[in-house]
Amino acid sequence: MPLKTLWHRMGSPRWMYQMSGSWVWVLGVMATVLLIVGSLWGLAFAPADYQQGNSFRIIYIHVPTAIVSQSTYMLLGAAGLVLLVWRMKVADMVLATAVPFGMSMTALALFTGAVWGKPTWGTWWVWDARTTSMLVLLFLYFGLYALRQAIPRQETAGRACAVLALVGVINIPIIKYSVDWWLTLHQPATFKLTEAPAMPPEMWLPLAVNVLGIYCLLGAVLLAALRLEILRRERDTQWVRELVAAR
Amino acid sequence: MSVAGVFVGQLRREFKLLLQSREELANPLIFLFLALTLFALGGGGSPEMLRDFAPAIIWVLVLLANLLALEGLFRRDYDDGSLEMLVLMAEPLFLPVLAKILAHWIYSGLAMTVLAPLAALILFLPAEVLPTLLLTLLVGTPALSLIGAIGAALTVSLRRGGVLLALLVLPLYVPVLIFGAGAVVEAMAGIENMAQIYWLLVITMVALTIAPFLVSAALKISLEQ
Amino acid sequence: MMTTHLLTLSGLACQREGRDLFDDLDYQVAPGDYVELTGPNGSGKSTLLRSIAGLFADYSGAIEAAPLLYVGHRPAVSPLLSPLDNCQWFLDLVGSDADPLPALARVGLAGFEEILCQQLSAGQQRRVALARLILAQRPLWLLDEPLTALDDSGQRLVCQLIEQHVETGGAVVCATHQSLGLSATRALVLGERQSSTAGVVA
Repeated sequence: MPLKTLWHRMGSPRWMYQMSGSWVWVLGVMATVLLIVGSLWGLAFAPADYQQGNSFRIIYIHVPTAIVSQSTYMLLGAAGLVLLVWRMKVADMVLATAVPFGMSMTALALFTGAVWGKPTWGTWWVWDARTTSMLVLLFLYFGLYALRQAIPRQETAGRACAVLALVGVINIPIIKYSVDWWLTLHQPATFKLTEAPAMPPEMWLPLAVNVLGIYCLLGAVLLAALRLEILRRERDTQWVRELVAAR
Repeated sequence: MSVAGVFVGQLRREFKLLLQSREELANPLIFLFLALTLFALGGGGSPEMLRDFAPAIIWVLVLLANLLALEGLFRRDYDDGSLEMLVLMAEPLFLPVLAKILAHWIYSGLAMTVLAPLAALILFLPAEVLPTLLLTLLVGTPALSLIGAIGAALTVSLRRGGVLLALLVLPLYVPVLIFGAGAVVEAMAGIENMAQIYWLLVITMVALTIAPFLVSAALKISLEQ
Repeated sequence: MMTTHLLTLSGLACQREGRDLFDDLDYQVAPGDYVELTGPNGSGKSTLLRSIAGLFADYSGAIEAAPLLYVGHRPAVSPLLSPLDNCQWFLDLVGSDADPLPALARVGLAGFEEILCQQLSAGQQRRVALARLILAQRPLWLLDEPLTALDDSGQRLVCQLIEQHVETGGAVVCATHQSLGLSATRALVLGERQSSTAGVVA
């Protein structure tokens, strides 16, 4: 299909609904399989770390959630741009559904980080550069969530969130840099969370599987929520009525 | 000629409005010093402790005082309908928006910079780092007004937007706080700190480039109801 | 010469909260037209005016409008400024160097030019907004309930301003509950069944 046609069709909720039906299943099954395989492999079969012992295994949850929470924010920025420039309804739905997902992933990453920190560093919380960046990211997600809740009109709320997501995306690299700089000022950089390159393959392969799995989960959750959202918003249209009548 | 007229006309209007609400104008500044006093009292007045924390305390309170002043940036114009008129008639919209932000900076950021020596005195900040503090405030506070204006524009139509505004804007202030307070801390330790000042300048320039357009977009969104 | 319309609505449709406000609305306003927009509360009068003005974009269909001035529910008059300052700000905004004093005198605010608007009555503040109609020099006026808070002489003033504007080739679309009783009135009724009721009454 020519790219331009695809672009226009993506603006049509009906087309999105029909196309996404099978993709939800594919992504959902892939996510389940990959996450089970990756987690079992990482938790039970990968070798223990020679310094941290078994406690390092939380990495198999911590790192994928941390990565996906940052990608989700980038996705929000992209969706925001699309919504503001082309007013595509689908972009608004992506914005609405990705915020709670990204927010919970960020919270999970912070939580697993704290649980990991206790046996490793002897403390639940460290003002480490990455931890701090994640905390600020969580606040950015809170802001998006609260803004959408506060604005009664759906279309207005979506476009307001789009502006905020854009500001956040522009700001995130600066926040990351400033926090990195601040850390080197206050604390010696002894606490590095992951030394990925030093890992043997039997340790990082399950990690890669889990990262892939969580991206599939993101896709599945987004599409599933998108389909519900499409039905809800288009409930008065002919095609949704026919669809419901056919069930 | 008319383009400059839009900017100057808006600025003139803002100053007339500020003159009419002189007593409100001082409130964020009074808040700043009230909170400084509370810090000193809470810390037991110990000069060593206050001096060590002075850069952080001053910068955090500047953020908060700035935030307090932000609430009214568009609110009054929204209430009497002038904001609608502005959005419909101004061509281009970002010029009067920029004039409003400039006025906000003058009575928040610039005013706080002017009063900062007093704050430094209360917190026993060494006199030799005072120039650094003033420089960081002068370069960093415009970014606060510019970024904050986006949040103010997004929340202007909401009756109870105050706490929400803080939630939206404060995380975005993090880099300004880090570089601003960090530069003063380094100056106290006698370390070269021009890098942070340059970074503040970069953030302000980026905000100056982008914020007026995002504020304009946000105002149009907020009026759409 | 072909008559150029000051306002053309084609296939305009708008939904709010899942309800059709107007659907497939076609309408033209020519120079010299005075259109009274009526309909029950919540029928979409304000939304239609806001859509035409450019404050509301969540509609389908097309709107083509000449340069216009919109006067909404809130008169856009700052209570902390004098009538003169309010008008001067407006003139700066539209890039005009007209003299606001004659317009203020025309709307009955002679002698009040330098007094803060918060010390004026609601009707007098409305008159400041009327002065802007004179100053704006826009061919199309969109008025949302222009009679609000005005006394008898104020209401007569609105009628005179509209008649004068229409006679000099302008056009006015006015949402109102009470008809202004002007002679050359076209009616646009919102609510009920659009396609049958939205029409021209001579």
